[in-house]
Amino acid sequence: MAEEKPLDFTREITSRLGGETITRCYQCGTCASTCPVARITERYNPRQLIRLALLGQRDEVLKGDTIWLCASCYNCQERCPQKVEVADVIYALRNMAIQEGNIPAIYMEFASGLMGEGRLAPISKFLEKKRAEYGLPPLKPANIEALRKILAATGFDKIMFKKEGACP
Amino acid sequence: MTSYALFLGCTIPARQPHYELAARKALTKLGIDLVDLEGATCCAPPPIQSIDLETSLAIAAYNICLAEEADLNILTLCTGCFESLTIANRLLKEKRELREKINKILSNTGKEFKGTKEVRHYLQVLINDVGVNRLKQNVAKPLNNLKVAAFSGCHLLRPSELLRFDDPERPCIFDTLIEALGAKSIPYKNKLRCCGGLLRGYADDVALAIARDKIVNAYNAGADCISTLCPFCFLTLDLGQMLIKATYKEEYNMPIIHYAELLSLSLGVEPKELALDFHKIKVDKVLEKIG
Repeated sequence: MAEEKPLDFTREITSRLGGETITRCYQCGTCASTCPVARITERYNPRQLIRLALLGQRDEVLKGDTIWLCASCYNCQERCPQKVEVADVIYALRNMAIQEGNIPAIYMEFASGLMGEGRLAPISKFLEKKRAEYGLPPLKPANIEALRKILAATGFDKIMFKKEGACP
Repeated sequence: MTSYALFLGCTIPARQPHYELAARKALTKLGIDLVDLEGATCCAPPPIQSIDLETSLAIAAYNICLAEEADLNILTLCTGCFESLTIANRLLKEKRELREKINKILSNTGKEFKGTKEVRHYLQVLINDVGVNRLKQNVAKPLNNLKVAAFSGCHLLRPSELLRFDDPERPCIFDTLIEALGAKSIPYKNKLRCCGGLLRGYADDVALAIARDKIVNAYNAGADCISTLCPFCFLTLDLGQMLIKATYKEEYNMPIIHYAELLSLSLGVEPKELALDFHKIKVDKVLEKIG
C-alpha cells in the first residue's frame, strides 16, 4: 500500500527542535488521562491537540488558546508509550505560533524582562536593601551585552517585534 | 571542601531571599563552598523555551560556559534552573550537530560550549557529596517528627530521560533527605502532580484550581507543612493560599517551607537568622512543633 504523503504542517513540525516525535502518536490518550490541566478544564486535551496538528489544522492549533494551556509538567511525556515528546512538541508549536505573531501578553512580558535586564524577575531597591540586611552579597548583574548578542544571532529580538506595536 | 559555582537564577535572589539565605547558611555549614558566577543571566526556563527553544539552549549553554571557564561544576537551588541547564548540558554533550549549531551562536559572545562540567541540584550535592550519614551527624536540632508533605516540583524529576535525578514514578531522594533531619515525609494524594504554577499569568483560574488540589491533599493527609524546592511552586502554594481564600472562601493556613529552611533549622540555625517574614502563610506552627 502506498504511504500517504505527510501533510505540510506535520512536516513543518517534525523539522523543528522539539517537534520531531509528533508522528509517533497513535491516539491512545495516556497523555490526556495523566494531564493535571485536562482534569480541571475542557479547554485543554493534549491528545486532541496532537490529532488536530497531525490533521493539518494549522490555524486552529497555532491561533487557538489550547497550546498555551500546557503547564509543562511533563507527565504526558514521561508516560507516553510511543515516546512522543508531548511537552516538547507543544514548545515547538508555541515557537511556531509566536513566529507568526501569536504571542500571549504574559509571554511578551517574559521576553521584555529577558531583553531588558537579562533576568525574568528584576531586583527592586527594597530587595537590594533586604539582601544587605540579611548579609547576602549584592546580586551580580547579568551580562546583558552577551545576552543581546545571542538574541540577535537567533533572531529572538526580531520575533518579538512581529506583534505590531506590542514590543517596547 | 567541595566548591561549586552557585547558579541563583532570577526568582530566588530577587523575590525569595529567604531561600537563598537558608541555602547558603546550610550548605556552608556542611562544608560546601559556593562561588558566585560573574555575569550569569536567566537560565531560559519554560517561558523562554515557549518563545524559542534554540535561543533557550544558547542562553543555557552560555551560562554553562561561565562555569566551564571557572573550572567548577554548577549547583542550582531552583528546580527550573536545574532543568534548563541540565537538559542543555546533556543535549549539547550528546548531540554533535546541535552543539555545533549552538556554538556558532555563542561565538558572537566569545564563548564555546565544551561539555566539561556537570549541573547538580543541591539535593544531589547533599546525597552524594555530604552523604545521608554525615548529614544526620550534623543535625543539631532534630525536627521532632514534623509531618512534611514533600513536594519536589515537576522539573526535578521530569523529563527523567534527560534529568536522571530519581525514579520519576517512585522517587525517594527528597523523602530520605527530609527524614534525615528527624522529620516524617508523609504520603498524600497525587504527591507528584504539578502545582499549576506555569499557568499563572495566562490561565489564573486553572492554575489556582490545580494549586488548591495540592494544598487540600496535603491538608487532608494531616501535614504540618508542605516542603518545596522550586521558587515557583513556593509562590504558587504560599501566595496561592491568599488567592484561594479570596476565590474559594477557604482557609488552610498550610505553611509552605523550602527544604533549605528546614535543613538550616535542623542544623541549629536560629529562626531569627532566617528571613521567615517572606512567608505569606506564617510558619509559627512549624517552629512551635520543632521546639
